[in-house]
Amino acid sequence: MSTSNTTITSIGAPNRRNTELALLVFAVAIPVFAYANVGLAKNNSVPAGLLGYGLGLGALAGIAHLLVRKFAPYADPLMLPIATLLNGLGLVLIWRLDQEPRLGKAMAPNQLLWSTLGVALFVAVLVFLKDHRILQRYTYISMFLSLALLVAPVFFPAVYGARIWITLPGIGSLQPGEFAKIIITVFFAGYLMVKRDALALASRRFMGLYLPRGRDLGPILVIWAMSMLILVFETDLGTSLLFFGLFVIMLYVATERTSWIVFGLLLSAGGAAVVGSAEPHVKVRVQDWLHPLKLAANGGVTETAQSMYAFGSGGLFGSGLGQGYSRLIGGIAPKSDYILATVGEELGLAGLMAVLLLYALLIERGIRTALAARDPFGKLLAIGLSGAFALQVFVVAGGVTGLIPLTGMTMPFLAQGGSSVIANWALVAILLRISDTARRPAPSPAPSPDAEATQVVRSQ
Amino acid sequence: MSELTLTVMRLGFLAVLWLFVIVAVQVIRSDLFGTRVTQRAVRRGDDRSRPPQQRQQDRPAPRQQQAAPRPRRGAPTKLVVAEGSLAGTTVALQGQTITLGRAHDSTIVLDDDYASSRHARIYPDRDGQWIVEDLGSTNGTYLDRNRLTTPTPVPLGAPIRIGKTVIELRK
Repeated sequence: MSTSNTTITSIGAPNRRNTELALLVFAVAIPVFAYANVGLAKNNSVPAGLLGYGLGLGALAGIAHLLVRKFAPYADPLMLPIATLLNGLGLVLIWRLDQEPRLGKAMAPNQLLWSTLGVALFVAVLVFLKDHRILQRYTYISMFLSLALLVAPVFFPAVYGARIWITLPGIGSLQPGEFAKIIITVFFAGYLMVKRDALALASRRFMGLYLPRGRDLGPILVIWAMSMLILVFETDLGTSLLFFGLFVIMLYVATERTSWIVFGLLLSAGGAAVVGSAEPHVKVRVQDWLHPLKLAANGGVTETAQSMYAFGSGGLFGSGLGQGYSRLIGGIAPKSDYILATVGEELGLAGLMAVLLLYALLIERGIRTALAARDPFGKLLAIGLSGAFALQVFVVAGGVTGLIPLTGMTMPFLAQGGSSVIANWALVAILLRISDTARRPAPSPAPSPDAEATQVVRSQ
Repeated sequence: MSELTLTVMRLGFLAVLWLFVIVAVQVIRSDLFGTRVTQRAVRRGDDRSRPPQQRQQDRPAPRQQQAAPRPRRGAPTKLVVAEGSLAGTTVALQGQTITLGRAHDSTIVLDDDYASSRHARIYPDRDGQWIVEDLGSTNGTYLDRNRLTTPTPVPLGAPIRIGKTVIELRK
């Protein structure tokens, strides 16, 4: 607030780095507390690695914070602490599930490695992406790149019924959809920024809705067809829902036309109904969702029912960390897809709501960034990234709690899965970059060249 | 580990988790106040609480005061957007040229369908008298009811109209 010209830019927020630091200390302390809690409950002793783990998480957060201080000093103060807290909680929960011999080999050390890589990518994005508008140059390249990433898993064998992994011999498997999510948002933002006037203005009014012209329906139909193809060939409802939903959200934000949402809902409902009744893998999921208490094909209880039991046994305040029975959730993914069931059982409704609120706050900060951003590309990119994040949280949380059929996506930051952690750290870095640009105090206006070139001649 | 310790830890952990959420919300709240310093929201609130007629009424007073002795005495200190989508915005007058228009580098970026990208500018002449000049806009700039054709001195409180936006200089 050096000059009152800043009134127009509506930027008055001070640099909030110290707030961020305080919150970060808090965000590191909570997982350390949880870690000690699990150790005490499971083994009657404080876990041996407590100090090392705490220092490690603290060092990661500290490095990220220092680089934010240096490279994005005006960035939002909340995103980094919330992401750190969720990641730390996820690590503790995975370590907690590692304590159950029944659930196979330990995943927490790997997850820690992936988180470190994620923070490294976060730092790299902040250091090398000086201005998010640079991404605008790569609009069409990112379209091809994201399409390639989306299509690639089709050529690899299905894992647990869904083709969403690329298996690299020697390195492990990769979920390209997580990265495609960010890259395709860049494409949508760049594309809609150019085309939004045509999509918004040329329309007829019918029954209170602005109906777009037939030929303007092209892009939404193409994306819809693409997401349907993903659903059919990769048999993954989550990815398909994510990409189509992301496009509809960005279309709505770019054009301010409610009709796009109506079209989007109609198209996705129609498509999901057809594919859900035809594709066997999706059909099983839909059946599980409609009749969770029916016995599964193998004679056992369905996973949906098991996760519901977990939530039920958790009750209001949960059984306490390390004292639940989420090891009993059978099947394949108690550490990734069903990690929310462990949260629900051991922390109860109160803890689950807190975790969901953390996600909501992170998304709110993303949308706030979009509102504050001054350039249309940055606005669309920020809304797209937070929209993708929100959709992913909804799809996973909805699937685990039985609101929608379960899909193979991971809870951002919380669930075990390398691609997801790395991609979401990059996503947060881009949001921080946009928010740094948006919240940076405007420079005082340069003297207008017109003012010097034009001389005022007064005749009196 | 005793049952009691674990229960205390369990509830304590939930409390700490919620404390974090509450602190985060407090940070957002202080952030909102941070942007409210911009006066725009504040002014808008003020304007809304008073009916528009009242605003019209108390406007002529400074104008009469100012009409007789021409410059110095009632030198305006700020420019206020009185009507239009930016209503409530103020800019301090510190001898700088203020450009108005839809162009993004304008001092006041008008979000008005009737404004040109470089619509008008307001600047002080050598005596410190503020002058408004139309920069060849399509729909014109009006001082009171008259369309500007030449750079014109702006009396205190006289409405400058650009499309639906009304701007005044005030003390």
